[in-house]
Amino acid sequence: MAEPSVIKGGATLAVIAAVCTAMVAFTYRLTGERIAANEQAWLERSLQPALSGLFFDSGVSESKLTVPAPHDLPGSGEAAIYRVYSAEAPVAALFVVSARDGYAGAIRLLVGVDVDGVVTGVHVLAHRETPGLGDRAETSRSDWVRQFDGRSFGDPRIENWKIRRDGGDFDQLTGASVTSRAIVKAVRETLQYFEANAAAVFSAADDDEGTQ
Amino acid sequence: MTTRGLIDRFKTGLWRENPGLVQLLGLCPLLAVTSTFVNGFGLGIATLSVLVASNALVSATRRWIRNEIRIPVYVLIIASLVTCTELVFKAWFPALDRSLGIFIPLIVTNCAIVARAEVFASRNPVGTSIVDGIVMGTGFAVLLMALGAFRELVSMAWMLAILPPGAFFSLALAIAAKNAIDRRRRERRAGALPRRSRVINR
Repeated sequence: MAEPSVIKGGATLAVIAAVCTAMVAFTYRLTGERIAANEQAWLERSLQPALSGLFFDSGVSESKLTVPAPHDLPGSGEAAIYRVYSAEAPVAALFVVSARDGYAGAIRLLVGVDVDGVVTGVHVLAHRETPGLGDRAETSRSDWVRQFDGRSFGDPRIENWKIRRDGGDFDQLTGASVTSRAIVKAVRETLQYFEANAAAVFSAADDDEGTQ
Repeated sequence: MTTRGLIDRFKTGLWRENPGLVQLLGLCPLLAVTSTFVNGFGLGIATLSVLVASNALVSATRRWIRNEIRIPVYVLIIASLVTCTELVFKAWFPALDRSLGIFIPLIVTNCAIVARAEVFASRNPVGTSIVDGIVMGTGFAVLLMALGAFRELVSMAWMLAILPPGAFFSLALAIAAKNAIDRRRRERRAGALPRRSRVINR
């Protein structure tokens, strides 16, 4: 038989744990809806940079298609594709992929490709590159990623989808060729995937519909 | 508590026993997030609110908490409060939450908060403990904001300031500055006394 003091201490601890859990549960109920709305809004907003100049129906973020690993897209985890339609006809596909070979870990990228295989926009979603050097890949810091806009296989040829230092056609960020190389490679691989799977990408059912 | 005592407590938290500058507590978040003023401000406010609430709760429950279980109780209280704070930030300050990232949940491990619970809140009434939380939290938050502003400004001329080594240099400069000011004050006080006694001698 345990000492009474142990039981008493345990009981106090249990009561406090219950009170604390109730406090967290209450806050969660209070904030849950707002948090979900914020995340949806943030997703919509972060998809915008790859949609410029396109006509499309609203609700892009609902057309999500998750591609489980392993797949041929850049990145080892699962990748996400958002399909953009205008009156049921496919307009573009937005790929959320990661370039694994950045200078400091993976670089999360949003790559927009229209039905003809032309890049509509590239946007860095998250990275841990060096401040002042590799972080110029962010749209807010330099126009470097804009050089992909309007490019496709053929402009330049696939062999030239490299940075200039490696004999390709794309500028590198000064002092951050590792970052530049990783991003160019990820965009190239995304285009290759799109070329091989375009029909499947647009005809697959949305994630939500598939699970219901 | 008198107004005089209140002012004295503020001086203690902001200067004499500043959690970051003097007690050297909670340095991990302090060094990691002070790359910009806004980040310092955000984490400062988050830490301040957790500290005030945890001091209040620890103090309110101090009569029922046996000595043997006090550490798990502090951990429970602080962890729940941090989770609540994180949810509130996610709901109302989503941009700040995104830029602070992991450092909001990591407030749990800020030893400045456990230290105040153990040293102060567990031995003092609720009102005094809340004041202590405000005072110490403000001291920490002001330091975070000052370092953030300093590093953000200096980084325009000298990039190293915004990188991790810059955090160590800036904190070292802040501590050195505080010590220098304290010493000058002490010397002035020591220098003032003999002069006054000379006047009296005449």
